[in-house]
Amino acid sequence: MNTEQTAGSVEVARASVAPLWVQDLTVAYHRRPVLWDIELEVPRGQLVGVLGPNGAGKSTLIKAVIGLVPCMSGCVRIFGQPYRRSRHRVGYVPQRESVDWDFPVDALDVVTMGLYRQIGWFRPVTRRHRQTAMEALDRVGIADLAHRQISQLSGGQQQRAFLARALVHDADLYLMDEPFASVDASTERAIIEILREMKSRGKTVLVVHHDLQTVSDYFDHLVLLNLRLVAQGATAEVFTRENLRATYGGRLTLLDEATEAMRRGEGT
Amino acid sequence: MSGIAGWNWQLDGWIVVAGVLCAVAAALPGNFLVLRKMSMLGDGISHGVLPGLAAAFFLTGSRSSLPMFLGAVLFGLLTAVMTQWIRDFGHVDEGAALGVTFTALFALGLVMIVRAADRVQLDPGCVLYGAIELTPLDRWTLAGWEIPRVVVVLSVVLLLNLVFVSLLYKELKLSSFDPALATASGFHAGMLHYLLMVVVAVTAVASFESVGNILVVAMLIVPPATAALLTDRLGRMIVASAVLAALSAVLGHLGALVVPVWFGYRSTTTSGMMAFAAGLLFLLAALFAPRYGWLARAVRQHQGAWRILAEDLLAVLYRWDERRPGQSVSREQLQKQLLSGPLASRVVLIWQRFRGRIRPVPGGWRLTDHGSRCGRELVRSHRLWEQYLVSAAGVPVDRLHEEAERLEHFTGEALRQRLGQATNAPRRDPHGTPIPPEN
Repeated sequence: MNTEQTAGSVEVARASVAPLWVQDLTVAYHRRPVLWDIELEVPRGQLVGVLGPNGAGKSTLIKAVIGLVPCMSGCVRIFGQPYRRSRHRVGYVPQRESVDWDFPVDALDVVTMGLYRQIGWFRPVTRRHRQTAMEALDRVGIADLAHRQISQLSGGQQQRAFLARALVHDADLYLMDEPFASVDASTERAIIEILREMKSRGKTVLVVHHDLQTVSDYFDHLVLLNLRLVAQGATAEVFTRENLRATYGGRLTLLDEATEAMRRGEGT
Repeated sequence: MSGIAGWNWQLDGWIVVAGVLCAVAAALPGNFLVLRKMSMLGDGISHGVLPGLAAAFFLTGSRSSLPMFLGAVLFGLLTAVMTQWIRDFGHVDEGAALGVTFTALFALGLVMIVRAADRVQLDPGCVLYGAIELTPLDRWTLAGWEIPRVVVVLSVVLLLNLVFVSLLYKELKLSSFDPALATASGFHAGMLHYLLMVVVAVTAVASFESVGNILVVAMLIVPPATAALLTDRLGRMIVASAVLAALSAVLGHLGALVVPVWFGYRSTTTSGMMAFAAGLLFLLAALFAPRYGWLARAVRQHQGAWRILAEDLLAVLYRWDERRPGQSVSREQLQKQLLSGPLASRVVLIWQRFRGRIRPVPGGWRLTDHGSRCGRELVRSHRLWEQYLVSAAGVPVDRLHEEAERLEHFTGEALRQRLGQATNAPRRDPHGTPIPPEN
């Protein structure tokens, strides 16, 4: 478990530059491994897509990085620091289904939650915090819905509220679990617009993604996962038929979809 | 109060105070149990404390010692921990794990209590539903005041719970809504969970003498569940749950004194009536809550249907007026045109008359000037839609009417204006009928 010694000085030096650096990461649920020997280095200031079939460990990767699931072995560094010391530099957007939307809070409350870490234990939320949260809601275009109970938001609006919650505290690395899952087309455009704007301000954004059609349009860098790391690197180099076959191997419909996406990608 | 048979401020006053303190103290952490969908864990903990209480009876032979309090809280916490263990290691769901844990602990506690009852003055019945009526008998003297011991203990617990909920309000809110984000933000969700369990256990032990092991869960869960029906903001829910809890306690004691007398019985147990009053308030909220109540939902569901029926009525009358100006229409004819039942058509006629849109004339009904304007808007929307559907969407003429019939009910003036522009302000619809001008 103690990997700090095993990581050589060269790696540590490299790790200090990378927003996210993962070595030998293995995660298991009930002794069944769900991620094996993952090695990653995510470059700074890029939009990074994480692709893989259902159950490939995409969400688990994010959860392991921020310590929500225990790692059997491995070493994770965020800007060269372990997560508990770099918390303030990380924004996390969980899957929309992970929370109960009937919970008695409004959209502004949800966004304000992004500031709780900064506010700290025992201290109350003040008007200034709500103001900051309101600005974040405005950035994602739903400021007019601030006082609506969250079950009365559409799926796309809920996702925007989640995004605003991550935006509200100014992180350097954002980890987003399927922000595009079942949102309407205008929300998808709005989200990718925001992600690009974040990138232009030097933020690094890691996005778990499903839609192969949009991969080459959205992402600079890809991580292809299927329990093990299949490939990672610049989208242009990694997004190949062979890699997709290795990632989604055997799943014919997905493979067809991938081939279709490839064909389109080559056509342009 | 003096009108109530046998009311005595020295006795009943203290009973009500103890009831209110106990109910409010339980409702505060109860909100988070309800929101975390852990209501049954509250039940489990309130049962699981029993062996701790019983062990203390054995050891100290008294009912009011600090070790007993701590021992009971420890067992309450053990219930929560054991449930977690059994769930994780036994691969069973939470409900089953809880069922195993708290029945086992409760049974153990009961056996111990029954054994202890030989040596200690203790009625196993009190374990189940408490002995709030005995509150005024056992008093402590504090600063010259004679205050029942139970009231002192419950006041302290209420104060603790108030501090807990207000100091950790945002932490509890976040970890209840999104435990993953709470943990990722440095508020360890697991730790907050067990802290909540400690608070629930302390509350359960303190309430034990008043409302007993079984009924404390009603105080933990029912007022917050009722409050959840009344509001959809957490802060208001907590305040509402405290008010409802206090109300249940007051109504419970009054009910215990008064209701049985109506039926010729002697007064009954206050704790039972408190739980019953809480349940009654829940029922009222479930039926009549402004947004989430059964009535409000039923009205909302039917509202749309009624509005459409009323609008159809106005449109039918308007068309009738176009073809046969000045003639009235009988209710039977309207009913046939609207495809509605006799009751619905009567209701909608009365409603629209009340709104000043139609008036009765010999032989039936006619539109008022106001009603005529409403009808014209609808008919104009209908015919503009028909024109638009033909010219812009290419819908076949035989399907126009039903499409337009649906759309007309959702078309305001602004939309009509755009429809008019999109269809070059036509004078006639595709069937050749003139389109009435805007009012």
